[in-house]
Amino acid sequence: MTRWRVRGARVLDPASGLDEVVDIDVEDGRIAGMGTDLPGIPEQVLEATGLWVVPGFVDIHTHLREPGQEYKEDIASGARSAAAGGFTTICCMANTDPVNDSPAVTEFIQRRARDTACVNVRVIAAATQGLRGEIMSEMAGLAGAGAVAFSDDGYTIMDSSVMRRVLEYAKGVDRPVIAHCEDLALKGATAVHEGAHATCCGLPGSPAEAETILVARDLELARLTGAHLHVAHVSAARSVELIRDAKDAGVRVTAEVTPHHLALTDAVIRGYDTNTKMAPPLRTARDREALRDGLADGTIDCVATDHAPHAAYEKDVEYTSAPFGVVGLETALPVVLDLVHEKRLSALDAIRRMTCAPASLLRLRAGSLEIGAPADLALVDPEAIWKLDGPELQSRSRNSAFLGREFRGRVLRTWVAGRAVHGSDETLP
Amino acid sequence: MKHLLGIEPLDRDEIGQILDAADAMLEISQREIKRVPTLRGRTVINLFLEPSTRTRVSFEIAAKRLSADAINVSSSGSSLSKAETLNDMAQNLAAMNADVLVVRDRTAGVPAMLAERVRIPVVNAGDGAHEHPTQALLDAFTVRQSLGSIEGRVVAIVGDIAHSRVARSAIHIFTKLGAEVRIAGPPTMMPVGIEELGVKPCSSIEEALDGAHVICMLRIQRERLEGALFPSVREYSRTYGLDLRLLRLARPEAIVLHPGPINRGVEIGSDVADAEPSRILDQVTNGVAVRMAVLYLLTGEQA
Repeated sequence: MTRWRVRGARVLDPASGLDEVVDIDVEDGRIAGMGTDLPGIPEQVLEATGLWVVPGFVDIHTHLREPGQEYKEDIASGARSAAAGGFTTICCMANTDPVNDSPAVTEFIQRRARDTACVNVRVIAAATQGLRGEIMSEMAGLAGAGAVAFSDDGYTIMDSSVMRRVLEYAKGVDRPVIAHCEDLALKGATAVHEGAHATCCGLPGSPAEAETILVARDLELARLTGAHLHVAHVSAARSVELIRDAKDAGVRVTAEVTPHHLALTDAVIRGYDTNTKMAPPLRTARDREALRDGLADGTIDCVATDHAPHAAYEKDVEYTSAPFGVVGLETALPVVLDLVHEKRLSALDAIRRMTCAPASLLRLRAGSLEIGAPADLALVDPEAIWKLDGPELQSRSRNSAFLGREFRGRVLRTWVAGRAVHGSDETLP
Repeated sequence: MKHLLGIEPLDRDEIGQILDAADAMLEISQREIKRVPTLRGRTVINLFLEPSTRTRVSFEIAAKRLSADAINVSSSGSSLSKAETLNDMAQNLAAMNADVLVVRDRTAGVPAMLAERVRIPVVNAGDGAHEHPTQALLDAFTVRQSLGSIEGRVVAIVGDIAHSRVARSAIHIFTKLGAEVRIAGPPTMMPVGIEELGVKPCSSIEEALDGAHVICMLRIQRERLEGALFPSVREYSRTYGLDLRLLRLARPEAIVLHPGPINRGVEIGSDVADAEPSRILDQVTNGVAVRMAVLYLLTGEQA
């Protein structure tokens, strides 16, 4: 059948440690060879000198909004957005309508993904019924239907007893629990980090302790239960310390950070732009530094986008009334590459945090380059300079915190199982 | 100056320009016929989405003394109760060829949001806990009127700093004009990071008042905050209420300001509110002049 080759690119495969200029052959949608003197004559060749070929990125924190809120995003548009950002596998959160707390909804999402999505979609199911933090969901049935993890993301399970039981039960079905850590009482009705910027804006602030108190609690419960706790969207310096200490003590904990928390601080709230409103909030420059350090030293295992589309009219309201969240799939790579350009992270480690690291913590077969495996790849120009205007976003929503910003590094093409899902023209693979 | 969204974006010269214009406007209010034709044929919309008597009336009188048509829109009975968004409503009002939009809202940032959507000048008449710039302008005007100057003066702001737009605007204006600004209040009402605005937080009202030229008392929202941020009104008034005894700590020529409405016997005793140092009613008088100056500078100059 068809065989094509990407020639002359720097190929980075963190799972195997490969970081060399080699050719890569794809045949029948699978990786057929990697090396400098590949046998055979491909039907097509893509010259890629100066570019990178990396495993397709894996996002373990995506809101796809289908079923129920298709005006914000649906599985097809979310998948196109993922492809445009170099992601070939995404994991969708459970806060749909209806909530994904039953095998029927899990199966529906997977069927819609098979029928409409151009990337691989995996499902994270609710940890408690209706995301209410009271009664645990049918985790065994959900795991059987395909759920790869459990999370009430968007909500915090405030009852420590319920959280303990969720961790225990999830351990029994061999799935991690992804925790959204914000103390509801301490956080209040707030939208921004408590500090000088919130004070100047007159917006009620939420201290970092609203997160760290719950991180500390959940780490203690992970220790108690022996379950795998994954801390979603870490935002505070102190949380990084707590997670680092827990890892040193042998607690089964992993953690993620979003691109917006890596790139931005609470200074950006000053214009009341509702695309700076997300939960947890953007915090101080000191917090951001700690997040970058944590990602570099591996305390934070991976980058996850928390891609949260909202319609323009929903965000075009008073700051305190606007919904939380920003889209993130299409700008994740250049934000992470900034850390490479600043020499905070090696190129291989940066790619690791977006590929095999998130894949392995949810035990997904994705995020690496293996002969015979489906060719889920991204072609990256690490030096391309571009500006985000908005209309080019493939997501149905444009609520990006980075509108108008200039980036360095761009995904040129994305393949899922050898098929170009982003950036292809007619003549090339 | 295209809009008046807050004191923070203004520089010293812009503040001085408004205060100087207010001098002339004050004179108009003292005439027998209190009206000049400066803004004849212009329309000022007062969009007050949070209850207010004093500020709304003050803006209305200011517009009318300049011969503008003043239209008041309040939240009850407005189309907001039909679930129209604020942006849509403001754009509709502006589309009726209004010349100025004066906005009061319970949410910080609303005037800034509307200023991006409508093509006419927007005046912030108080937005949540953010800013209340015309209040600060009238405070500064009153201090200048009473003491002659602001530079080098000691200004003490006492009360609920955290929830007060009056405090924020006052801090900005007095620091920009070269005064030393001190703040005092229960620790639960001192916002995080306030010292970055160039003020000196004090641990007691006594410390704040010591040698002060100007004392700004803030209104306590007793119905909303009692029990949450302070234990009781009784304890608050004993700890942070201003009475004649405390007033003696300040300079002999010190003046007392309050944005009103006052809670007698809570943050301020009647012995102070009605005494010689009190400038509370002068503030109200000056408020009209300052708002006339703002409306004039935002619209009249282009005429």
